[in-house]
Amino acid sequence: MTDANVIDVSGLVKRFGSFRALDGLDLQVGAGEVHGFLGPNGAGKSTTIRVLLGLLRKDGGDVRLFGGDPWRQAADLHRRLAYVPGDVNLWPNLTGGEVIDLLGRLRGGLDETRRADLVDAFELDPRKKGRAYSKGNRQKVALVAALASDVDLLVLDEPTSGLDPLMESVFQRYVDAFRDRGHAVLLSSHILAEVEELGDRVSIIRAGKVVESGTLAELRHLTRTSVSAELTRPVDGLDAAPGVHDLVVEGTRVRFQVDTARLDGALQLLVAGGVRTLTSQPPTLEELFLRHYGDEIEPDAS
Amino acid sequence: MTGTATFLLTFLRRDRWMLLWWVLGGTTLYVATVYSVDGLYTTQADYDAAAASASSNAAFIAMAGPARALDTLGGQTAWQTTAFGAIVAGLMSMFLVGRHTRVEEESGRDELLRASAVGRYAPMTAAALVAALANLVLGLLVSVSLTAYGLAGADSLGLGLGVTACGWVFTGTALVAMQVTASTRSAYGIAGGVIAVAYVLRAIGDVGNGVLSWISPIGWYQAMHQFSGLRWWPALLMLAGAASAVASAYALFGRRDYGSGMVAARPGRPRAPYGLRSGGGLAWRLQRGAVIGWTAGLFFFGLAYGAIGDDVESLLGESDVSQEMFAQAGTDLATGFYGTAVLMLAVVAAGGAISSALRPRGEEENGHLEVVLATALPRRRWLLGHVVVTVAGTVLVLVGSGVGLGAGYLMVTGDGDAAWDITWPVLQYVGPVLVLSGVARVLYGALPRWSVLAWVPLVFAAVVMLFGELFGLPQWLQDVSPFEHLPMVPAESFDWAPALALVGVALVLSVVGQVAFARRDVH
Ligand SMILES: Nc1ncnc2c1ncn2[C@@H]1O[C@H](COP(=O)(O)OP(=O)(O)OP(=O)(O)O)[C@@H](O)[C@H]1O
Ligand SMILES: [Mg+2]
Repeated sequence: MTDANVIDVSGLVKRFGSFRALDGLDLQVGAGEVHGFLGPNGAGKSTTIRVLLGLLRKDGGDVRLFGGDPWRQAADLHRRLAYVPGDVNLWPNLTGGEVIDLLGRLRGGLDETRRADLVDAFELDPRKKGRAYSKGNRQKVALVAALASDVDLLVLDEPTSGLDPLMESVFQRYVDAFRDRGHAVLLSSHILAEVEELGDRVSIIRAGKVVESGTLAELRHLTRTSVSAELTRPVDGLDAAPGVHDLVVEGTRVRFQVDTARLDGALQLLVAGGVRTLTSQPPTLEELFLRHYGDEIEPDAS
Repeated sequence: MTGTATFLLTFLRRDRWMLLWWVLGGTTLYVATVYSVDGLYTTQADYDAAAASASSNAAFIAMAGPARALDTLGGQTAWQTTAFGAIVAGLMSMFLVGRHTRVEEESGRDELLRASAVGRYAPMTAAALVAALANLVLGLLVSVSLTAYGLAGADSLGLGLGVTACGWVFTGTALVAMQVTASTRSAYGIAGGVIAVAYVLRAIGDVGNGVLSWISPIGWYQAMHQFSGLRWWPALLMLAGAASAVASAYALFGRRDYGSGMVAARPGRPRAPYGLRSGGGLAWRLQRGAVIGWTAGLFFFGLAYGAIGDDVESLLGESDVSQEMFAQAGTDLATGFYGTAVLMLAVVAAGGAISSALRPRGEEENGHLEVVLATALPRRRWLLGHVVVTVAGTVLVLVGSGVGLGAGYLMVTGDGDAAWDITWPVLQYVGPVLVLSGVARVLYGALPRWSVLAWVPLVFAAVVMLFGELFGLPQWLQDVSPFEHLPMVPAESFDWAPALALVGVALVLSVVGQVAFARRDVH
């Protein structure tokens, strides 16, 4: 392997007819890294993944997977990766256990102990036929098959959209363990919080282009947290505090948004007023896009 | 029951095409029969000969029903249509009922509707009403069209309303079947099994002392003696049967939980069997049910043709139509008939081969393919797995149909040599059948969106086969059908050259399909 990066994409173009679904996309994922791949619906996340898997043929740019060409060497490269699609469709007449074994064998074998652990941890009934599984359980089947394989890269396309919170934490535990063994993960999502939970680095994609890429700390400047609190007495100075926007004060209740990087300063002011209740909401991707890349933006306070 | 009317209207709207096809298809069965009988037998002597040969042939009676008044147009029509008409009505009822009850329940799609303020029994009642209406319309159309053709009105009404009542019985039994298991497939299996058992019971009864026919709804339908001394009281048996089946279904539904069955779903294997480890293994697993089904179906189809034995001549009559369809220069009618029968079996088998070749398209559309191709399985090996299953399946289906044909003939005539002469020729059609599946393969590889066009060549081949001579289609046009390049064995003698050439063409098409598939996007 000549390339340090597991995934190395530059200037990738993919057209569907005259529509440019990917328009010069760059993406680098290194070993030992969980890379969040964030973007709104239709941004091109799944398309990028399908090009990486050699399912779609690129129209331009350069794509390297483990240093190889994912279109020409697809099958060989696939020995080293496992893929979980966003919408898992199972064969109606194969049981979950059969699908796990089949996918594992086609990938070149799976770790029996880990397979058993995963089936337990995800509370999966492997004897059910595909048609009888719920959406979340179908996703678990694909996740068990992927996580039980001995591979170097996990490609996960919105893998937790059907999982309940308990199962999501099981999923996060296994992904963490996988990364800690030195492997790479590409995790696509349109939920910022999910990526924050797991991701080391993040690329944000919009209309087929990566508009922002870096560690989560580096991206803090992009995000705002919504805070609402009930205080014992009114506080002064919030409206002048750096990074605070859209402040609404109703007696002892306050609501505002604050640049995540400035969260600490704003909270200090609140504490001075004696906090009775506090809720804070992480920024959503939609807000973020609206603020930084949207064509029409509500008038900004600062 | 609140909401029943709303559900009924929704279902009727959703099903309008399906209803149209089933009802028209069922009516066509009756109308086409009266036309073809009328066309085939031109003189009373023809009728007498046909009646004589049918009454003495147990295989015929087992297949169609008791031989009554077969020397008349009405009697022949009733005899040839009742059993199959009842099966059509039964299948139609089964699919209509299943689609709005168990299918919806299993997919959980209608949970939303159920959660809103509708009566618990409303969807089920509406489903039963849709099926009941469909059977009624079918029966009326049959009655009207047969009367319009010139058959006796009362008997035509008996034939039509008989199939309605019989369909109602199967509506009831299907409704019961849908309550029994949680899986749609098993429910359809049970409902279809009831129809099959009804058919077999009356077959045994009709050939033997007749007792078993009296516990079969199809037997009740035939007991109405349409065109042979019509009587209405067996219709009451059917109405009573339908009513009690529907009542049991409601009782069962009231006692079970939504989404479950009376018997728990059978759990499957927790681990994959050894064979499920490659593209070919997966392809076989996905297609084996269809391969077995087509093989069994064509075996029985062949059996039915073979069981005609040497009675071909009396059965086909002396009309110009049959002469033109079956007579080949220099051979007798029977040999010509079997040459055509073999060809017909091969054309039907091509339907199985095309649907097998289109299976990869289904895999891609259902989103199964991307997961499989994201493993270390190369594209061409995945497709090759399906190709191998199509080829092997085609051979199996053709062998099955040939064995059926030969076995049927042997059973009736006891002539082993002659039976063998009609058993093997179907294998010469491996080439043309694979050519048609190869066209499907090319379409899938190069123009997946247009895959459905793969059926056009089959329709064309069928038209050429059935009507080519009759309509006087120009030879060059007929030659577009790959089936036209082979001699009509056993009426003509076998020739290796065209048979092998067609296999070669099929191979080329398959390779082109493979190459195109390897170069295109997978969605
Ligand atoms: N096969 C196709 N033919 C035509 N257009 C396509 C095809 N596949 C994707 N597109 C288009 O390309 C764009 C990117 O789609 P993609 O599925 O990659 O989005 P995504 O980021 O995965 O969105 P989501 O979050 O909804 O999954 C969309 O506008 C989509 O409509
Ligand atoms: Mg997507």
